[in-house]
Amino acid sequence: MVEERLTEIALNHQAKAMSLKKERGKQKFWVGLMWLFGLITVLILILVVGYVLVQGGKAINWQFLVTPPKGGLSGEGGISTTIGTTFYLVGLTLLVATPLGVGAAVFLIEYAGEQSLSSKFLRSVISVSNFAVETLAGIPSIILGLFGYALFVSTLKFGFSLLSASLAGACLVLPTIIRTTEEALLAVPDDYRRGSLALGATKWQTLYRIVLPAGLPGIITGIILSVGRIISETAVFFVTLGGSYRLPSSIMDGGRTLALHLYYLAMDTRAFDKAMGTGAVLVVMIILINLGINLVSRKLTAGVRKVR
Amino acid sequence: MPARMIADKTVRYILFASAIIAIVIVLAIGFFIFRESIQAWSEIGITEILLKTVWRPGQDQYGILAMIVGSVSVTFGAILLGVPLALGCAIFLAEIAPEGVQALVRPAVQLLAGIPSVVYGLFGMVILVPLVRKLGVPGNSGYGLLAASIVLAVMILPTIASVAEDAIRAVPENYRHGSLALGATKWQTITQVVLPAGKSGIIAGVILGIGRALGETMAMIMVIGNSVIMPKPLSGNPLTYFLSQARTLTGNIAVEISYATGIHESALFATGVVLFALIIIVNATARWIIRGQKFVEKAN
Repeated sequence: MVEERLTEIALNHQAKAMSLKKERGKQKFWVGLMWLFGLITVLILILVVGYVLVQGGKAINWQFLVTPPKGGLSGEGGISTTIGTTFYLVGLTLLVATPLGVGAAVFLIEYAGEQSLSSKFLRSVISVSNFAVETLAGIPSIILGLFGYALFVSTLKFGFSLLSASLAGACLVLPTIIRTTEEALLAVPDDYRRGSLALGATKWQTLYRIVLPAGLPGIITGIILSVGRIISETAVFFVTLGGSYRLPSSIMDGGRTLALHLYYLAMDTRAFDKAMGTGAVLVVMIILINLGINLVSRKLTAGVRKVR
Repeated sequence: MPARMIADKTVRYILFASAIIAIVIVLAIGFFIFRESIQAWSEIGITEILLKTVWRPGQDQYGILAMIVGSVSVTFGAILLGVPLALGCAIFLAEIAPEGVQALVRPAVQLLAGIPSVVYGLFGMVILVPLVRKLGVPGNSGYGLLAASIVLAVMILPTIASVAEDAIRAVPENYRHGSLALGATKWQTITQVVLPAGKSGIIAGVILGIGRALGETMAMIMVIGNSVIMPKPLSGNPLTYFLSQARTLTGNIAVEISYATGIHESALFATGVVLFALIIIVNATARWIIRGQKFVEKAN
């Protein structure tokens, strides 16, 4: 009787040890698989970036960067005017989007908690506005392009131009600027605001002398992110910017950005080497922008830590 | 009133005006896209547009069903390929990778998100399409759903991975400690405690990925072939469905809008309305599910 019981206990223990072993084995397998997935992700990046940089690098030389494209079906010429157009478009889009985006974020964060906002109207405006920002962030870029085409190109008769494209592009980057600015403002300690208000400053004085400077690295992050989005965006500008390979001489002129130029080369001319070269220039720009963002956000977190 | 008080009041109104800009833009987008599409809806008919598969602007035939099927198919393919990889990557980053490795993988994911879609498209044209073409199936051009799904899977990977990683990190440490203290292994803790707790955030990440996939335009035009046909298997093997060419809703708009006029142009805006509606539904679902995640924070 006792012996039977003891055997049973012993067997039980053995079974438990076995199952633990089995669990360990299972764990080893799955954890290994997760490592593999992480590795695959990095490999995909290396493959895409590496291939574009190496293949594209062959097409890039000083001549390629400083000669304008010749147009036509052969894809001859360089990319100088498309670099110029890209810079024009980035500048113009940010000129429209930054004040609006930062202004919206300041209102949504700094004025949302106020006493005067016990007014039902303002409170619902703020929640609807938050909802709209989220919705806008999720709208596909081709829809923004279609909107830009309907409103700016046709209805307002701006035509295919830098103006139309930058207004449509502003819709694209507005959510990014608003969200990053909001985060930056939330990270500014409340003591700063109280201190300033206690010294008799008005809300606006507090904002532009204390809160905005403190949140500046975050706001800059949002702007750099937006630069990246405009450089890499194609669909919006495909239907609003025209596609002329000449350098625009006014905001009413059309043009093509680097990304658009890549598309035209790949689809219309099949000059894949030049397309790859353009792609390599784009990828280098994006890598630099990512480095910039990491640099600024490291400064940001370091700054916040110092404050606390 | 002192000048600074007046300035304070003025600034308040200016800021208020910029705060409602997002509302104005979203409403304007809905209004203009819909207004331009009215002609198509009324002259061609809602059922003609949504249920017919023939799109021949020259003969006034404007059915977009083939494009809806194309968009949904390529999205499905991308989810099939991209979600396991993205979730694995998220689990790896949040639970497994040592900090040094995280510092390497996370910027990689970030950079994947930043690469322009035309670069992905070009990579697909130059590398993937010739590879797919090697599959010896008659009628296989290389361009089609398979190549497009692979490109799209890589493009949505960062979206899903980063949202899912955040969701997993939001699960309170106590849950893990409790599970480990009960004798569970690390992997048991991940699958039976952490993932179920972070479920809603993870699902929301996947749905956001679906939204991105439906909206992607240029890379799809470059690798999917763009012919307006109902995708169908090229041979007896049903898997050859994915070798079929297709056109997406987004591609239809981008390819034709520059030269379309009249009813043709209006039909393209109708395509936009359908796409817009799909995206709004998908994103609203994601938002609704993310709200469910709040319970985790409350429990904390």
